[in-house]
Amino acid sequence: METFLQQLPTVLHALNIGFLQTLKLFIATLVGAIPLGLLICFGSTSKYKIISGFFNIIIWIVRGTPLMIQLLIIYYFPGLVLHNPVWGGSETGRFMASALAFIVNYACYFSEIFRGGIQGISVGQDEAGLVLGMSKVEIFVHVKLLQMIKRILPPMSNEILTLVKDTSLARIIALQEVIWAGQSFMKGSQGISGEIWPLFFTAFYYLVCNGILTVVLNRLEKKLEFFR
Amino acid sequence: MAILKVEHLSKSFGSTKVLKDICFSLEKSEILSIIGSSGSGKTTLLRCLNFLETPNNGIILVNEKEVFNGKTQKTLTESQKKENRLHFGLVFQSFNLFPQYTALENVTLARKLAAKKEKDYKSRKKEILQEIEEEGIQLLKQMGLEHRMHQYPHQLSGGQCQRVAIARALALKPDILCFDEPTSALDPELTGEVLKVIKELAEQKMTMVIVTHEMAFAKDVSDKVIFMDNGVVLEYGSPEEVFDNPKEERTKQFLGRFINE
Ligand SMILES: Nc1ncnc2c1ncn2[C@@H]1O[C@H](COP(=O)(O)OP(=O)(O)OP(=O)(O)O)[C@@H](O)[C@H]1O
Ligand SMILES: [Mg+2]
Repeated sequence: METFLQQLPTVLHALNIGFLQTLKLFIATLVGAIPLGLLICFGSTSKYKIISGFFNIIIWIVRGTPLMIQLLIIYYFPGLVLHNPVWGGSETGRFMASALAFIVNYACYFSEIFRGGIQGISVGQDEAGLVLGMSKVEIFVHVKLLQMIKRILPPMSNEILTLVKDTSLARIIALQEVIWAGQSFMKGSQGISGEIWPLFFTAFYYLVCNGILTVVLNRLEKKLEFFR
Repeated sequence: MAILKVEHLSKSFGSTKVLKDICFSLEKSEILSIIGSSGSGKTTLLRCLNFLETPNNGIILVNEKEVFNGKTQKTLTESQKKENRLHFGLVFQSFNLFPQYTALENVTLARKLAAKKEKDYKSRKKEILQEIEEEGIQLLKQMGLEHRMHQYPHQLSGGQCQRVAIARALALKPDILCFDEPTSALDPELTGEVLKVIKELAEQKMTMVIVTHEMAFAKDVSDKVIFMDNGVVLEYGSPEEVFDNPKEERTKQFLGRFINE
């Protein structure tokens, strides 16, 4: 017990730093994947076969392979195969590679959710807008967007909670996120070695984070209950 | 001078001809009812007038100005198309109100968006929005909805929703207001309130084209009646001519169904 209390501040400090990296990856993914997902959604539903075909193939590849493999390919392919290590060997490089992999991966999943959300809105909404002289962009922004958000919020909440946990996959390319930080005390770090409890302890970080997110997302869903 | 003139309008979906050589005209303040059995092309005709469908051929003139010509339609710019479309308003069978906006917001939204493009919008923003808001309130009052202005569509009955939809269409001051079976989605006890509103509009000299299955109403309110069958205008004349002395056997058959009911 005494050693545990002695170790606690050191471990918490390291885990905090690790979790900051986890959060950064989480936020970068959301910020990047939502607009990219919308773009892919429009692309995959384009009336031009070449464009929709192209985006649908991308969606198929990304959703058909493990995110872990995508991380490895994006990180190692440029350096080991093309002999052009664009990411460098630093933590920043690993973060950029992770963010790219996560954004592309999640954008594809989001795009399918968006597609369902848009297609679920009746064409009557478009037609009512058109007859009132509104442009297609105005109809999307002022009429359909909020209806779409309301529809996609439950499936998006699921994806967002999964994303928090999925960030741990970036450990495969040694991104120094919270699990990496916890594991470092097994190998030995800052005078502590052979301890597994810090690794187990990381679970609390995910729990607290997802707890907060659940509350926020539920509130948002409640907020949108004013219309049907 | 005819406010609306439709000449030789035709429309096909793939190889099915849905509208064949439709011709009619309408004077200002007149009311045209379109009757006919299911699938005869009534909705398609209204959708063509409102540019939701592009006819394959024919001409549409509003106030003697060409708003559609099958031969030259491709040369129109987007803004010209939009201007042409605003001659018409359309009230849908299923209302198509915007669920996230209150009754009043439904009525004012399109006008507010259009106002943003006016040159003096920045300098007169407050006045302009105020004016649109007041006109919206006025229209809802006219529809007997002054107590429902700030409610959302899901809080309103079908008849109230349809009256909001009528106010929404009127807000853009169309020359010709079109109705596609405005009471077909309503419970029988709610049709009366919508028909009453349409009748009031008639008294105010609104030019209207009404697709309806309410024969008694059509006979009562219209100046002209079209009976459509299989994409063709089979009968075109005054309500007395069409309802009391139909020329075609097919019309008699159709009207007979309603008398027997
Ligand atoms: N987008 C479309 N694609 C293909 N066919 C269509 C389309 N819209 C309508 N049609 C066909 O055109 C014909 C006329 O349809 P329309 O909806 O105009 O009839 P209607 O007179 O309004 O019928 P109802 O009284 O049932 O509303 C029908 O046979 C219908 O199947
Ligand atoms: Mg119809």
